[in-house]
Amino acid sequence: MAKFNIEKVAYLSRIAISEEEKKELEPQLEKILEFVESLNELDTSNIDPKFNVVEMFARLREDIPHLSLPREKALENAPETDGKYFIVPKIVKK
Amino acid sequence: MKDKYEAVIGLEVHAQLKTKTKMFCGCKNEFTNEPNIHVCPVCLGMPGSLPVINKKAVELAVKAALALNCKIHKKSIFARKHYFYPDLPKNYQITQYEEPFATDGYLIIEKKDGTKKKIRIKRIHMEEDAGKNIHEEHFSKVDLNRAGVPLIEIVSEPDISDPEEARLYMQKLRDILVWIGVTDGNLEEGSLRCDANVSIRPKGSKELGTKVEIKNLNSFRFIEKALRYEINRQIEAVKKGEKIIQETRLYDSQKDITKSMRTKEEAEDYRYFPDPDLPPLIIEDEWLEEIKASLGELPDEFKERVIKEYKIKEYDADILSRDKTLAYFFEEAAKSYKGEAQRVSNIILSDLLGILKEEKIELKDVPFPASYIGELLNLVDENIISLRVAKEEVLPEMVKTGKSPKVIVEEKGLKQISDTSEIEKIIKESFKNNPKAVKQYKIGDERKKQKAVQFFIGQVMKATKGKANPKLARDLIIKLLEEEN
Repeated sequence: MAKFNIEKVAYLSRIAISEEEKKELEPQLEKILEFVESLNELDTSNIDPKFNVVEMFARLREDIPHLSLPREKALENAPETDGKYFIVPKIVKK
Repeated sequence: MKDKYEAVIGLEVHAQLKTKTKMFCGCKNEFTNEPNIHVCPVCLGMPGSLPVINKKAVELAVKAALALNCKIHKKSIFARKHYFYPDLPKNYQITQYEEPFATDGYLIIEKKDGTKKKIRIKRIHMEEDAGKNIHEEHFSKVDLNRAGVPLIEIVSEPDISDPEEARLYMQKLRDILVWIGVTDGNLEEGSLRCDANVSIRPKGSKELGTKVEIKNLNSFRFIEKALRYEINRQIEAVKKGEKIIQETRLYDSQKDITKSMRTKEEAEDYRYFPDPDLPPLIIEDEWLEEIKASLGELPDEFKERVIKEYKIKEYDADILSRDKTLAYFFEEAAKSYKGEAQRVSNIILSDLLGILKEEKIELKDVPFPASYIGELLNLVDENIISLRVAKEEVLPEMVKTGKSPKVIVEEKGLKQISDTSEIEKIIKESFKNNPKAVKQYKIGDERKKQKAVQFFIGQVMKATKGKANPKLARDLIIKLLEEEN
Protein backbone atom coordinates (compact mmCIF):
# COMPACT_ATOMS: atom_id res chain seq x y z
CA MET A 1 0.00 0.00 0.00
CA ALA A 2 1.54 3.22 -1.13
CA LYS A 3 1.74 6.00 1.44
CA PHE A 4 1.19 8.46 -1.27
CA ASN A 5 -2.12 8.47 -3.13
CA ILE A 6 -0.93 9.75 -6.46
CA GLU A 7 -4.34 9.40 -8.08
CA LYS A 8 -5.93 11.71 -5.58
CA VAL A 9 -3.19 14.26 -5.90
CA ALA A 10 -3.41 14.13 -9.68
CA TYR A 11 -7.15 14.60 -9.50
CA LEU A 12 -6.89 17.52 -7.09
CA SER A 13 -4.35 19.16 -9.38
CA ARG A 14 -6.39 18.40 -12.48
CA ILE A 15 -3.38 16.74 -14.11
CA ALA A 16 -3.90 13.66 -16.25
CA ILE A 17 -1.14 11.10 -15.80
CA SER A 18 -0.66 7.74 -17.50
CA GLU A 19 -0.11 4.40 -15.74
CA GLU A 20 3.56 4.57 -16.68
CA GLU A 21 3.96 8.03 -15.28
CA LYS A 22 2.26 6.89 -12.12
CA LYS A 23 4.78 4.09 -11.70
CA GLU A 24 7.60 6.51 -12.25
CA LEU A 25 6.30 9.36 -10.08
CA GLU A 26 4.90 7.51 -7.12
CA PRO A 27 8.23 6.28 -5.70
CA GLN A 28 9.80 9.67 -6.36
CA LEU A 29 7.11 11.53 -4.48
CA GLU A 30 7.21 9.02 -1.68
CA LYS A 31 10.89 9.64 -1.32
CA ILE A 32 10.30 13.35 -1.06
CA LEU A 33 7.71 12.74 1.63
CA GLU A 34 10.09 10.50 3.53
CA PHE A 35 12.71 13.18 3.35
CA VAL A 36 10.36 15.81 4.72
CA GLU A 37 9.19 13.38 7.35
CA SER A 38 12.60 13.52 8.98
CA LEU A 39 11.58 16.96 10.24
CA ASN A 40 9.16 15.24 12.58
CA GLU A 41 12.09 13.77 14.48
CA LEU A 42 12.68 17.14 16.06
CA ASP A 43 10.89 17.84 19.30
CA THR A 44 8.95 21.07 18.71
CA SER A 45 6.58 20.81 21.64
CA ASN A 46 8.09 23.90 23.26
CA ILE A 47 7.99 26.06 20.16
CA ASP A 48 5.03 28.14 19.01
CA PRO A 49 3.78 27.30 15.53
CA LYS A 50 5.11 29.69 12.94
CA PHE A 51 3.16 30.49 9.86
CA ASN A 52 6.07 32.05 8.11
CA VAL A 53 9.73 31.29 8.09
CA VAL A 54 10.65 34.87 8.79
CA GLU A 55 8.92 36.83 11.51
CA MET A 56 7.68 39.85 9.65
CA PHE A 57 4.36 41.48 9.20
CA ALA A 58 2.29 42.45 6.24
CA ARG A 59 2.72 45.92 4.86
CA LEU A 60 -0.50 47.56 3.93
CA ARG A 61 -1.34 49.59 0.86
CA GLU A 62 -3.43 52.77 0.69
CA ASP A 63 -6.75 52.41 -1.10
CA ILE A 64 -5.73 54.28 -4.22
CA PRO A 65 -6.55 52.92 -7.69
CA HIS A 66 -3.73 52.15 -10.09
CA LEU A 67 -4.07 51.80 -13.82
CA SER A 68 -5.33 48.38 -14.80
CA LEU A 69 -4.10 46.50 -17.84
CA PRO A 70 -5.57 47.45 -21.18
CA ARG A 71 -8.03 44.71 -22.05
CA GLU A 72 -6.09 43.56 -25.12
CA LYS A 73 -3.08 43.06 -22.88
CA ALA A 74 -5.09 41.20 -20.27
CA LEU A 75 -6.52 38.85 -22.87
CA GLU A 76 -3.28 38.47 -24.81
CA ASN A 77 -2.30 35.11 -23.32
CA ALA A 78 -5.79 33.63 -23.26
CA PRO A 79 -6.10 30.41 -25.25
CA GLU A 80 -9.40 31.71 -26.53
CA THR A 81 -11.12 35.09 -26.36
CA ASP A 82 -13.77 37.10 -28.15
CA GLY A 83 -11.92 40.32 -27.45
CA LYS A 84 -13.92 40.97 -24.28
CA TYR A 85 -14.04 37.76 -22.30
CA PHE A 86 -11.81 34.81 -21.58
CA ILE A 87 -13.49 31.88 -23.32
CA VAL A 88 -13.32 28.52 -21.56
CA PRO A 89 -14.90 25.12 -22.22
CA LYS A 90 -18.49 24.86 -21.13
CA ILE A 91 -18.67 24.68 -17.33
CA VAL A 92 -22.26 23.74 -16.62
CA LYS A 93 -24.74 21.61 -18.50
CA LYS A 94 -27.60 23.64 -19.86
CA MET B 1 -42.52 23.63 12.90
CA LYS B 2 -44.03 20.24 12.38
CA ASP B 3 -44.70 18.79 15.82
CA LYS B 4 -41.76 16.60 16.70
CA TYR B 5 -38.88 18.26 14.86
CA GLU B 6 -36.93 21.45 15.18
CA ALA B 7 -34.59 23.12 12.73
CA VAL B 8 -31.02 24.23 13.37
CA ILE B 9 -29.85 26.99 11.06
CA GLY B 10 -26.56 28.80 10.63
CA LEU B 11 -25.93 31.51 8.05
CA GLU B 12 -22.79 32.35 6.13
CA VAL B 13 -22.96 35.86 4.81
CA HIS B 14 -20.56 37.42 2.33
CA ALA B 15 -20.41 41.20 2.14
CA GLN B 16 -18.46 43.12 -0.49
CA LEU B 17 -16.52 45.91 1.14
CA LYS B 18 -17.00 49.46 -0.12
CA THR B 19 -13.38 50.23 -1.01
CA LYS B 20 -12.07 52.06 -4.06
CA THR B 21 -9.71 49.24 -4.97
CA LYS B 22 -9.49 45.46 -4.73
CA MET B 23 -8.26 43.47 -1.74
CA PHE B 24 -4.73 42.78 -2.96
CA CYS B 25 -4.16 45.10 -5.92
CA GLY B 26 -5.00 48.64 -7.00
CA CYS B 27 -7.56 47.67 -9.65
CA LYS B 28 -10.86 49.48 -9.20
CA ASN B 29 -13.52 47.83 -7.08
CA GLU B 30 -16.36 49.16 -9.19
CA PHE B 31 -19.19 47.49 -11.04
CA THR B 32 -19.11 47.95 -14.81
CA ASN B 33 -20.73 46.28 -17.77
CA GLU B 34 -17.44 46.31 -19.68
CA PRO B 35 -15.82 42.95 -18.93
CA ASN B 36 -12.17 42.56 -18.00
CA ILE B 37 -11.20 46.21 -17.71
CA HIS B 38 -10.39 46.25 -13.97
CA VAL B 39 -7.71 43.58 -14.11
CA CYS B 40 -3.95 43.44 -13.61
CA PRO B 41 -1.25 40.77 -13.17
CA VAL B 42 -2.15 40.32 -9.48
CA CYS B 43 -5.88 39.65 -9.86
CA LEU B 44 -5.30 37.71 -13.09
CA GLY B 45 -3.04 35.36 -11.15
CA MET B 46 0.00 35.90 -13.34
CA PRO B 47 3.21 34.26 -12.18
CA GLY B 48 5.53 36.52 -10.25
CA SER B 49 2.89 38.99 -9.15
CA LEU B 50 2.44 39.58 -5.43
CA PRO B 51 -0.59 40.56 -3.35
CA VAL B 52 -0.48 43.64 -1.09
CA ILE B 53 -3.26 44.09 1.47
CA ASN B 54 -5.60 47.06 1.09
CA LYS B 55 -5.55 49.03 4.36
CA LYS B 56 -9.05 50.41 3.85
CA ALA B 57 -10.42 46.88 3.39
CA VAL B 58 -8.95 45.89 6.75
CA GLU B 59 -10.37 49.01 8.34
CA LEU B 60 -13.88 48.31 7.03
CA ALA B 61 -13.64 44.66 8.04
CA VAL B 62 -12.63 45.65 11.58
CA LYS B 63 -15.45 48.19 11.70
CA ALA B 64 -17.95 45.48 10.80
CA ALA B 65 -16.50 43.12 13.40
CA LEU B 66 -16.68 45.80 16.10
CA ALA B 67 -20.29 46.61 15.23
CA LEU B 68 -21.05 42.91 15.58
CA ASN B 69 -19.45 42.75 19.04
CA CYS B 70 -16.56 40.55 17.94
CA LYS B 71 -13.23 40.00 19.55
CA ILE B 72 -10.58 41.45 17.23
CA HIS B 73 -7.37 39.47 16.96
CA LYS B 74 -4.22 41.49 16.76
CA LYS B 75 -2.61 38.93 14.51
CA SER B 76 -4.35 37.05 11.74
CA ILE B 77 -3.19 34.85 8.89
CA PHE B 78 -4.13 34.69 5.22
CA ALA B 79 -4.39 31.21 3.73
CA ARG B 80 -4.81 29.72 0.31
CA LYS B 81 -7.96 27.74 -0.38
CA HIS B 82 -7.42 25.59 -3.44
CA TYR B 83 -10.01 24.69 -6.00
CA PHE B 84 -10.33 24.79 -9.74
CA TYR B 85 -12.89 26.95 -11.39
CA PRO B 86 -12.43 29.36 -14.30
CA ASP B 87 -13.53 32.39 -12.26
CA LEU B 88 -10.56 31.86 -9.94
CA PRO B 89 -7.46 32.54 -12.01
CA LYS B 90 -4.86 31.65 -9.36
CA ASN B 91 -6.57 28.30 -8.69
CA TYR B 92 -6.69 29.31 -5.06
CA GLN B 93 -8.62 31.93 -3.18
CA ILE B 94 -6.83 34.03 -0.61
CA THR B 95 -8.89 33.82 2.55
CA GLN B 96 -8.45 33.44 6.29
CA TYR B 97 -8.75 29.98 7.72
CA GLU B 98 -7.12 28.99 10.96
CA GLU B 99 -6.60 32.44 12.37
CA PRO B 100 -9.33 34.86 11.28
CA PHE B 101 -9.13 38.48 12.40
CA ALA B 102 -12.39 38.37 14.37
CA THR B 103 -14.32 35.80 16.40
CA ASP B 104 -16.97 35.49 19.12
CA GLY B 105 -19.46 38.20 18.25
CA TYR B 106 -23.23 38.39 18.32
CA LEU B 107 -26.19 40.37 17.20
CA ILE B 108 -29.62 40.69 18.69
CA ILE B 109 -32.76 40.20 16.65
CA GLU B 110 -36.20 41.29 17.69
CA LYS B 111 -39.08 39.04 16.79
CA LYS B 112 -42.59 40.09 15.86
CA ASP B 113 -43.89 39.48 19.37
CA GLY B 114 -41.21 41.78 20.78
CA THR B 115 -39.00 39.04 22.23
CA LYS B 116 -35.29 39.43 21.66
CA LYS B 117 -32.85 36.72 20.72
CA LYS B 118 -29.10 36.72 20.65
CA ILE B 119 -27.54 35.08 17.61
CA ARG B 120 -23.86 34.37 18.15
CA ILE B 121 -21.32 35.03 15.45
CA LYS B 122 -18.60 32.45 15.31
CA ARG B 123 -16.11 34.26 13.15
CA ILE B 124 -15.53 36.91 10.53
CA HIS B 125 -12.74 36.65 8.03
CA MET B 126 -11.45 38.60 5.08
CA GLU B 127 -11.11 37.12 1.62
CA GLU B 128 -11.20 37.94 -2.06
CA ASP B 129 -14.15 37.55 -4.38
CA ALA B 130 -14.03 35.42 -7.53
CA GLY B 131 -14.83 36.58 -11.06
CA LYS B 132 -18.02 35.95 -12.96
CA ASN B 133 -18.83 33.17 -15.39
CA ILE B 134 -21.40 33.57 -18.10
CA HIS B 135 -22.56 30.26 -19.47
CA GLU B 136 -23.32 30.03 -23.18
CA GLU B 137 -24.56 27.07 -25.19
CA HIS B 138 -21.18 25.58 -26.09
CA PHE B 139 -18.70 27.49 -23.97
CA SER B 140 -18.45 29.75 -20.94
CA LYS B 141 -17.21 33.34 -20.78
CA VAL B 142 -15.16 34.68 -17.89
CA ASP B 143 -15.10 38.26 -16.61
CA LEU B 144 -12.51 38.91 -13.93
CA ASN B 145 -13.49 42.47 -12.92
CA ARG B 146 -14.85 41.08 -9.65
CA ALA B 147 -11.90 38.76 -9.01
CA GLY B 148 -10.06 40.11 -5.99
CA VAL B 149 -12.80 42.40 -4.71
CA PRO B 150 -12.60 42.48 -0.89
CA LEU B 151 -15.15 40.47 1.03
CA ILE B 152 -15.87 39.64 4.60
CA GLU B 153 -17.54 36.36 5.44
CA ILE B 154 -19.64 36.40 8.59
CA VAL B 155 -20.34 32.96 9.98
CA SER B 156 -23.07 32.61 12.58
CA GLU B 157 -23.32 29.85 15.16
CA PRO B 158 -26.27 27.51 14.53
CA ASP B 159 -28.42 29.59 16.90
CA ILE B 160 -31.21 30.27 14.44
CA SER B 161 -34.26 28.08 14.94
CA ASP B 162 -36.68 29.03 12.20
CA PRO B 163 -36.91 30.72 8.80
CA GLU B 164 -38.28 33.96 10.24
CA GLU B 165 -35.33 34.28 12.60
CA ALA B 166 -32.99 33.70 9.66
CA ARG B 167 -34.59 36.57 7.76
CA LEU B 168 -34.53 38.85 10.80
CA TYR B 169 -30.85 38.06 11.38
CA MET B 170 -30.02 38.81 7.76
CA GLN B 171 -32.00 42.08 7.81
CA LYS B 172 -30.40 43.21 11.03
CA LEU B 173 -26.97 42.32 9.71
CA ARG B 174 -27.62 44.25 6.52
CA ASP B 175 -28.97 47.28 8.40
CA ILE B 176 -25.88 47.42 10.62
CA LEU B 177 -23.35 46.92 7.83
CA VAL B 178 -25.00 49.52 5.60
CA TRP B 179 -25.37 51.95 8.53
CA ILE B 180 -21.65 51.88 9.29
CA GLY B 181 -20.82 52.24 5.59
CA VAL B 182 -19.03 48.92 5.17
CA THR B 183 -21.09 47.60 2.25
CA ASP B 184 -23.87 48.57 -0.16
CA GLY B 185 -25.80 45.61 1.18
CA ASN B 186 -27.67 44.87 -2.01
CA LEU B 187 -28.79 41.25 -2.09
CA GLU B 188 -30.22 41.39 -5.60
CA GLU B 189 -26.98 42.76 -7.03
CA GLY B 190 -24.85 40.42 -4.97
CA SER B 191 -22.92 42.88 -2.82
CA LEU B 192 -24.41 40.90 0.07
CA ARG B 193 -24.81 37.13 -0.30
CA CYS B 194 -26.24 34.52 1.97
CA ASP B 195 -25.80 30.76 2.22
CA ALA B 196 -27.64 28.76 4.84
CA ASN B 197 -26.73 25.56 6.63
CA VAL B 198 -29.80 23.77 7.85
CA SER B 199 -30.50 20.50 9.58
CA ILE B 200 -33.35 19.07 11.61
CA ARG B 201 -33.46 17.04 14.80
CA PRO B 202 -36.07 15.71 17.18
CA LYS B 203 -37.26 18.50 19.42
CA GLY B 204 -35.16 18.82 22.54
CA SER B 205 -32.32 16.72 21.15
CA LYS B 206 -28.83 18.04 21.64
CA GLU B 207 -27.26 16.30 18.68
CA LEU B 208 -27.05 17.96 15.29
CA GLY B 209 -28.53 16.31 12.22
CA THR B 210 -26.80 16.07 8.84
CA LYS B 211 -26.60 19.58 7.47
CA VAL B 212 -27.51 20.72 4.01
CA GLU B 213 -26.14 23.90 2.50
CA ILE B 214 -28.50 26.12 0.51
CA LYS B 215 -27.17 28.65 -1.95
CA ASN B 216 -28.71 31.39 -4.05
CA LEU B 217 -30.71 33.13 -1.35
CA ASN B 218 -30.64 36.53 -2.96
CA SER B 219 -33.55 38.23 -1.24
CA PHE B 220 -34.90 38.37 2.30
CA ARG B 221 -38.10 36.70 1.14
CA PHE B 222 -36.20 33.86 -0.54
CA ILE B 223 -34.20 33.18 2.63
CA GLU B 224 -37.41 32.56 4.49
CA LYS B 225 -39.12 30.63 1.71
CA ALA B 226 -36.16 28.43 0.83
CA LEU B 227 -35.60 27.48 4.46
CA ARG B 228 -39.27 26.75 4.96
CA TYR B 229 -39.24 24.44 1.96
CA GLU B 230 -35.99 22.76 2.94
CA ILE B 231 -37.02 22.11 6.55
CA ASN B 232 -40.26 20.51 5.39
CA ARG B 233 -38.38 18.45 2.82
CA GLN B 234 -36.02 17.12 5.47
CA ILE B 235 -38.83 16.35 7.92
CA GLU B 236 -40.79 14.49 5.24
CA ALA B 237 -37.69 12.54 4.25
CA VAL B 238 -36.89 11.52 7.83
CA LYS B 239 -40.51 10.52 8.42
CA LYS B 240 -40.27 8.22 5.41
CA GLY B 241 -37.18 6.69 6.93
CA GLU B 242 -34.81 8.26 4.41
CA LYS B 243 -31.38 9.49 5.32
CA ILE B 244 -30.46 13.14 4.82
CA ILE B 245 -27.44 13.45 2.56
CA GLN B 246 -24.84 16.12 3.20
CA GLU B 247 -25.06 18.16 0.03
CA THR B 248 -25.32 21.61 -1.50
CA ARG B 249 -28.73 22.60 -2.78
CA LEU B 250 -29.74 25.52 -4.92
CA TYR B 251 -32.90 27.50 -4.29
CA ASP B 252 -35.12 27.82 -7.35
CA SER B 253 -37.27 30.85 -6.64
CA GLN B 254 -39.54 30.28 -9.65
CA LYS B 255 -40.63 26.87 -8.45
CA ASP B 256 -40.03 27.66 -4.75
CA ILE B 257 -38.03 24.48 -4.19
CA THR B 258 -34.42 23.58 -3.40
CA LYS B 259 -32.63 21.17 -5.72
CA SER B 260 -29.50 19.18 -5.29
CA MET B 261 -26.46 20.84 -6.83
CA ARG B 262 -23.70 18.45 -6.00
CA THR B 263 -23.42 15.68 -3.50
CA LYS B 264 -20.37 15.84 -1.36
CA GLU B 265 -19.31 12.25 -1.96
CA GLU B 266 -15.85 13.09 -0.89
CA ALA B 267 -15.27 15.81 1.61
CA GLU B 268 -13.96 18.80 -0.32
CA ASP B 269 -10.23 18.95 -0.12
CA TYR B 270 -9.23 22.58 -0.28
CA ARG B 271 -5.69 21.95 1.01
CA TYR B 272 -5.58 25.15 3.01
CA PHE B 273 -2.17 26.44 3.95
CA PRO B 274 -0.80 29.83 5.00
CA ASP B 275 -0.16 31.99 1.96
CA PRO B 276 3.61 32.39 1.79
CA ASP B 277 3.13 35.64 -0.16
CA LEU B 278 1.45 37.31 2.79
CA PRO B 279 3.06 37.72 6.19
CA PRO B 280 0.70 37.84 9.17
CA LEU B 281 -1.61 40.84 9.36
CA ILE B 282 -1.14 42.91 12.48
CA ILE B 283 -3.86 45.21 13.74
CA GLU B 284 -2.04 47.48 16.20
CA ASP B 285 -3.92 48.62 19.30
CA GLU B 286 -3.59 52.22 18.31
CA TRP B 287 -5.16 51.59 14.93
CA LEU B 288 -7.92 49.53 16.51
CA GLU B 289 -8.71 52.41 18.87
CA GLU B 290 -8.87 54.79 15.93
CA ILE B 291 -11.32 52.53 14.12
CA LYS B 292 -13.39 52.15 17.28
CA ALA B 293 -13.58 55.90 17.62
CA SER B 294 -14.72 56.28 14.01
CA LEU B 295 -17.55 53.80 14.41
CA GLY B 296 -20.04 56.29 15.84
CA GLU B 297 -23.51 55.45 17.01
CA LEU B 298 -24.96 52.08 15.97
CA PRO B 299 -28.62 51.55 14.96
CA ASP B 300 -29.70 50.06 18.30
CA GLU B 301 -27.96 52.83 20.21
CA PHE B 302 -29.64 55.44 18.04
CA LYS B 303 -33.03 53.81 18.57
CA GLU B 304 -32.68 53.74 22.32
CA ARG B 305 -31.46 57.32 22.44
CA VAL B 306 -34.19 58.87 20.29
CA ILE B 307 -36.91 57.15 22.26
CA LYS B 308 -35.46 58.67 25.41
CA GLU B 309 -34.44 62.05 24.07
CA TYR B 310 -37.28 62.77 21.65
CA LYS B 311 -40.07 60.69 23.24
CA ILE B 312 -41.13 59.18 19.95
CA LYS B 313 -42.94 55.87 19.58
CA GLU B 314 -40.78 52.76 19.60
CA TYR B 315 -42.30 51.73 16.30
CA ASP B 316 -41.13 54.97 14.69
CA ALA B 317 -37.68 54.73 16.26
CA ASP B 318 -37.37 51.25 14.87
CA ILE B 319 -38.13 52.37 11.32
CA LEU B 320 -35.79 55.35 11.63
CA SER B 321 -32.95 53.20 12.95
CA ARG B 322 -32.99 51.01 9.88
CA ASP B 323 -31.58 53.73 7.64
CA LYS B 324 -28.85 56.10 8.72
CA THR B 325 -29.82 58.89 6.31
CA LEU B 326 -33.41 58.76 7.50
CA ALA B 327 -32.35 58.55 11.14
CA TYR B 328 -30.26 61.70 11.12
CA PHE B 329 -32.66 63.51 8.82
CA PHE B 330 -35.27 63.00 11.51
CA GLU B 331 -32.97 64.17 14.26
CA GLU B 332 -31.96 67.33 12.44
CA ALA B 333 -35.59 68.11 11.69
CA ALA B 334 -36.61 67.44 15.29
CA LYS B 335 -33.92 69.80 16.54
CA SER B 336 -35.34 72.68 14.54
CA TYR B 337 -38.89 72.10 15.71
CA LYS B 338 -40.22 73.65 18.88
CA GLY B 339 -43.06 71.18 19.48
CA GLU B 340 -43.25 67.44 20.07
CA ALA B 341 -40.80 65.44 18.00
CA GLN B 342 -43.42 62.76 17.35
CA ARG B 343 -45.04 65.20 14.91
CA VAL B 344 -41.75 65.46 13.03
CA SER B 345 -41.57 61.69 12.82
CA ASN B 346 -45.19 61.56 11.61
CA ILE B 347 -44.71 64.05 8.80
CA ILE B 348 -41.44 62.42 7.68
CA LEU B 349 -42.58 58.81 7.79
CA SER B 350 -46.09 59.18 6.48
CA ASP B 351 -46.00 62.27 4.29
CA LEU B 352 -42.47 63.01 3.12
CA LEU B 353 -41.53 59.39 2.35
CA GLY B 354 -44.80 59.02 0.43
CA ILE B 355 -44.06 62.05 -1.72
CA LEU B 356 -40.50 60.86 -2.32
CA LYS B 357 -41.72 57.46 -3.38
CA GLU B 358 -44.16 59.01 -5.81
CA GLU B 359 -41.54 61.37 -7.23
CA LYS B 360 -38.91 58.59 -7.24
CA ILE B 361 -36.44 60.68 -5.24
CA GLU B 362 -34.06 59.21 -2.67
CA LEU B 363 -34.01 60.86 0.73
CA LYS B 364 -30.34 61.70 0.36
CA ASP B 365 -31.17 63.67 -2.82
CA VAL B 366 -33.89 65.79 -1.22
CA PRO B 367 -33.09 69.39 -2.22
CA PHE B 368 -33.75 71.00 1.17
CA PRO B 369 -32.14 70.68 4.59
CA ALA B 370 -33.94 68.58 7.22
CA SER B 371 -34.35 71.70 9.36
CA TYR B 372 -37.01 72.91 6.87
CA ILE B 373 -39.31 70.13 8.15
CA GLY B 374 -39.04 71.64 11.62
CA GLU B 375 -39.67 75.11 10.23
CA LEU B 376 -42.70 73.82 8.35
CA LEU B 377 -44.24 72.47 11.55
CA ASN B 378 -43.36 75.67 13.38
CA LEU B 379 -45.45 77.56 10.81
CA VAL B 380 -48.36 75.26 11.64
CA ASP B 381 -47.96 75.87 15.37
CA GLU B 382 -47.76 79.61 14.81
CA ASN B 383 -51.11 79.41 12.98
CA ILE B 384 -49.55 80.72 9.82
CA ILE B 385 -50.67 77.68 7.84
CA SER B 386 -52.87 74.70 8.63
CA LEU B 387 -51.43 71.21 8.94
CA ARG B 388 -53.34 70.21 5.83
CA VAL B 389 -51.78 73.01 3.79
CA ALA B 390 -48.39 72.11 5.23
CA LYS B 391 -48.67 68.49 4.13
CA GLU B 392 -50.51 68.86 0.88
CA GLU B 393 -49.30 72.18 -0.52
CA VAL B 394 -46.03 73.24 1.04
CA LEU B 395 -44.22 69.91 1.51
CA PRO B 396 -44.59 68.71 -2.11
CA GLU B 397 -43.38 72.13 -3.27
CA MET B 398 -40.35 71.86 -0.97
CA VAL B 399 -39.48 68.52 -2.55
CA LYS B 400 -39.88 69.97 -6.03
CA THR B 401 -38.04 73.26 -5.56
CA GLY B 402 -35.96 72.98 -2.41
CA LYS B 403 -37.36 76.34 -1.28
CA SER B 404 -37.94 77.04 2.39
CA PRO B 405 -41.49 76.67 3.73
CA LYS B 406 -41.63 80.40 4.54
CA VAL B 407 -40.77 81.36 0.97
CA ILE B 408 -43.31 78.90 -0.45
CA VAL B 409 -46.09 80.15 1.84
CA GLU B 410 -45.25 83.69 0.81
CA GLU B 411 -44.97 83.01 -2.92
CA LYS B 412 -48.08 80.88 -3.20
CA GLY B 413 -50.12 83.08 -0.85
CA LEU B 414 -50.89 80.14 1.43
CA LYS B 415 -50.86 82.17 4.59
CA GLN B 416 -53.80 81.22 6.71
CA ILE B 417 -56.42 83.84 7.42
CA SER B 418 -56.46 84.48 11.16
CA ASP B 419 -58.08 87.86 10.96
CA THR B 420 -61.30 87.53 13.00
CA SER B 421 -63.24 90.27 11.23
CA GLU B 422 -62.38 88.87 7.81
CA ILE B 423 -63.52 85.38 8.71
CA GLU B 424 -66.65 86.73 10.39
CA LYS B 425 -67.53 88.53 7.20
CA ILE B 426 -67.27 85.30 5.24
CA ILE B 427 -69.30 83.39 7.80
CA LYS B 428 -72.09 85.93 7.81
CA GLU B 429 -72.15 85.83 4.06
CA SER B 430 -72.52 82.05 4.05
CA PHE B 431 -75.28 82.26 6.68
CA LYS B 432 -77.17 84.52 4.33
CA ASN B 433 -76.73 82.06 1.46
CA ASN B 434 -77.70 79.03 3.51
CA PRO B 435 -80.59 79.92 5.80
CA LYS B 436 -81.67 76.25 5.94
CA ALA B 437 -78.48 75.18 7.61
CA VAL B 438 -78.76 78.05 10.11
CA LYS B 439 -82.25 76.90 10.91
CA GLN B 440 -81.11 73.34 11.25
CA TYR B 441 -78.67 74.49 13.94
CA LYS B 442 -81.37 76.39 15.70
CA ILE B 443 -83.92 73.58 15.98
CA GLY B 444 -81.82 70.47 15.56
CA ASP B 445 -80.47 68.07 18.15
CA GLU B 446 -76.78 67.88 19.05
CA ARG B 447 -75.96 65.74 16.02
CA LYS B 448 -77.73 68.10 13.64
CA LYS B 449 -75.99 71.08 15.25
CA GLN B 450 -72.63 69.46 14.67
CA LYS B 451 -73.54 68.76 11.09
CA ALA B 452 -74.45 72.40 10.53
CA VAL B 453 -71.16 73.59 12.02
CA GLN B 454 -69.27 71.17 9.82
CA PHE B 455 -71.16 72.43 6.81
CA PHE B 456 -70.23 76.05 7.51
CA ILE B 457 -66.59 75.16 8.08
CA GLY B 458 -66.68 73.64 4.62
CA GLN B 459 -68.23 76.82 3.24
CA VAL B 460 -65.62 79.02 4.83
CA MET B 461 -62.79 76.82 3.60
CA LYS B 462 -64.24 76.87 0.13
CA ALA B 463 -64.52 80.63 0.15
CA THR B 464 -60.95 81.04 1.44
CA LYS B 465 -59.45 78.23 -0.64
CA GLY B 466 -58.62 76.38 2.55
CA LYS B 467 -56.67 79.23 4.04
CA ALA B 468 -58.94 80.09 6.95
CA ASN B 469 -57.51 79.14 10.31
CA PRO B 470 -59.70 76.08 10.94
CA LYS B 471 -59.85 76.39 14.71
CA LEU B 472 -60.62 80.07 14.61
CA ALA B 473 -63.26 79.52 11.91
CA ARG B 474 -64.92 76.81 13.96
CA ASP B 475 -65.04 78.94 17.12
CA LEU B 476 -66.44 81.90 15.21
CA ILE B 477 -69.08 79.82 13.45
CA ILE B 478 -70.38 78.43 16.73
CA LYS B 479 -70.33 81.86 18.35
CA LEU B 480 -72.22 83.48 15.46
CA LEU B 481 -74.72 80.63 15.17
CA GLU B 482 -75.49 81.00 18.86
CA GLU B 483 -75.91 84.72 18.35
CA GLU B 484 -78.39 84.06 15.56
CA ASN B 485 -80.63 82.40 18.13
